Amino acid sequence: MYFNARSAYAIYRREMARAFRTAFQSILAPVLTTSLYFVVFGSVIGARMEPVAGVPYGAFIIPGLLMLTLLGETTSNASFGIYMPRFTGTIYELLSAPVGVAETLVGFVGAAATKGLILAAIILATARLFVDYEIAYPLFAAFYVMLVAASFALFGFILGIWADSFEKLGVIPMLILTPLTFLGGTFYSIRDLPGPWDAIALANPIAFLVSGLRWTFYGTSDVPIALSLGLTLGFLVVCVSVIAVIFRTGWRLRE
Amino acid sequence: MHEPILSIRGLTKTYKNGPRALDNVDLDIRPGEIFALLGPNGAGKTTLIGAVCGLVRPTGGTITAFGQDLAKDWRKARARIGLVPQELSTDMFETVWRAIAYSQGLFGKPYDPARLEEILRSLSLWDKKDAQIRALSGGMKRRVLIAKALAHDPELLFLDEPTAGVDVELRKDMWQQIAALKERGVTIILTTHYIEEAEEMADRVGIIQGGRILMVDEKRAMMERLGTTEAVIDLAAPLAALPAEIAAFPVELGAGGTVLTYRGGNGQGGGRAQVAALTQALTRAGIGYTSLDIHDSSLEDIFVGLLGQKAEAA
Repeated sequence: MYFNARSAYAIYRREMARAFRTAFQSILAPVLTTSLYFVVFGSVIGARMEPVAGVPYGAFIIPGLLMLTLLGETTSNASFGIYMPRFTGTIYELLSAPVGVAETLVGFVGAAATKGLILAAIILATARLFVDYEIAYPLFAAFYVMLVAASFALFGFILGIWADSFEKLGVIPMLILTPLTFLGGTFYSIRDLPGPWDAIALANPIAFLVSGLRWTFYGTSDVPIALSLGLTLGFLVVCVSVIAVIFRTGWRLRE
Repeated sequence: MHEPILSIRGLTKTYKNGPRALDNVDLDIRPGEIFALLGPNGAGKTTLIGAVCGLVRPTGGTITAFGQDLAKDWRKARARIGLVPQELSTDMFETVWRAIAYSQGLFGKPYDPARLEEILRSLSLWDKKDAQIRALSGGMKRRVLIAKALAHDPELLFLDEPTAGVDVELRKDMWQQIAALKERGVTIILTTHYIEEAEEMADRVGIIQGGRILMVDEKRAMMERLGTTEAVIDLAAPLAALPAEIAAFPVELGAGGTVLTYRGGNGQGGGRAQVAALTQALTRAGIGYTSLDIHDSSLEDIFVGLLGQKAEAA
């Protein structure tokens, strides 16, 4: 298969430039939101809470909060990244270029993964101001953050192609991702839920992501790490397949 | 005769729940020419360009560019094609420089600041290279779109209504730039509904209406074949009837016998020669005249006439 690295790099650079141009929205807003969570749940309420699975409460919620911001930001950013060119008409250039699905995804998703990693680093640095924590497997954590960021960037990409209004663009992150992350064990361990809620909670795929990231931090998780990893990879593969079909059929891209 | 740089056969596009935008279009574009595609709004000009450039999925037909089938070898072909769209679609928050550098990379070319500078200078945009595109005037934005399309040095360039909404001075400036591109060997296909533009620039002209190509010809040949000369002669005294030697010309007597109108010729000098012969014949017949107004039909007259005939036939 032919791959044009220069085209992919051009898309990557443009996406990164867009993120830095909108640094306030892309970086400062999540930092502020996360700080507020840490002040309220980490420092004030967390000081009165029992440790969860042997981890102090303030530290326990870090992976969940990181996931909350990461999913929201990555999905919104990627969906906006493809929706805006469709909306303004600048997509003509991408469609008329010698660029296929591979270059487009490497450019868009690579940028999303990089942004995810930068965002995670900033959130962790912010968290350090409020609570003490250690990361058990830092390299694995970085890999997992990038994997989740890449998967949800792909998901956001699909969303941005599907959406035909700004309202639709906001619906999925706001009405589905955020509630599912809240209910996915961000602030509690699913194991601590009374039956049958512990089983019901596992129907929420985000719970697996939060649990997976928590494992890379503290070596403890609600579900086996292999399951979290497998589910994330599976989601990535499904999204790539959907996008490949979109490019082949030209759905919502080519008239 | 060179191989066509672009060859379109049986191209058809029917939009979902919409009309047939292109109806079995055949078209060959020769290397190095400026080809003007003329047609009223909604004739299918933009759809035709979109089909070649990958924005529109054709319903049927084949497109071959540089000898390669666009359905299969689209990557190679697209790397050699540039497009300046009709709408001013640019990333408004990007600077001019970044926007054109992006285009160069997107089309797989290595970053070449010297070439980008050359392009910007040729379009009088160099001093705006660090400006955000949103801060530029409409005419400048259009030139940025041209610069973006030229950043990968295309051999075949589509200009979709390049001077729409552009003032007269800038339009002439744009014509010069298009002529300069042709000098460099770029093949140019432009769509326009300013007939004057086609008349000024084009080597060949195609007329499209309702998704069908009505006619393709050399601009000069088309004007010779379809062009006419009209001469209006005000007579010194009213005539009751035309003498036989005058009636042999394609003339009509009107306004109570005071105006003689000639319609004929081929629009490329033939008509004018015949009008000269007519005036001599008038003098010989002793018919005086006080004024003579003569003009050749423009491409616009031909275009309007052709579309009018088609509408009557339909």
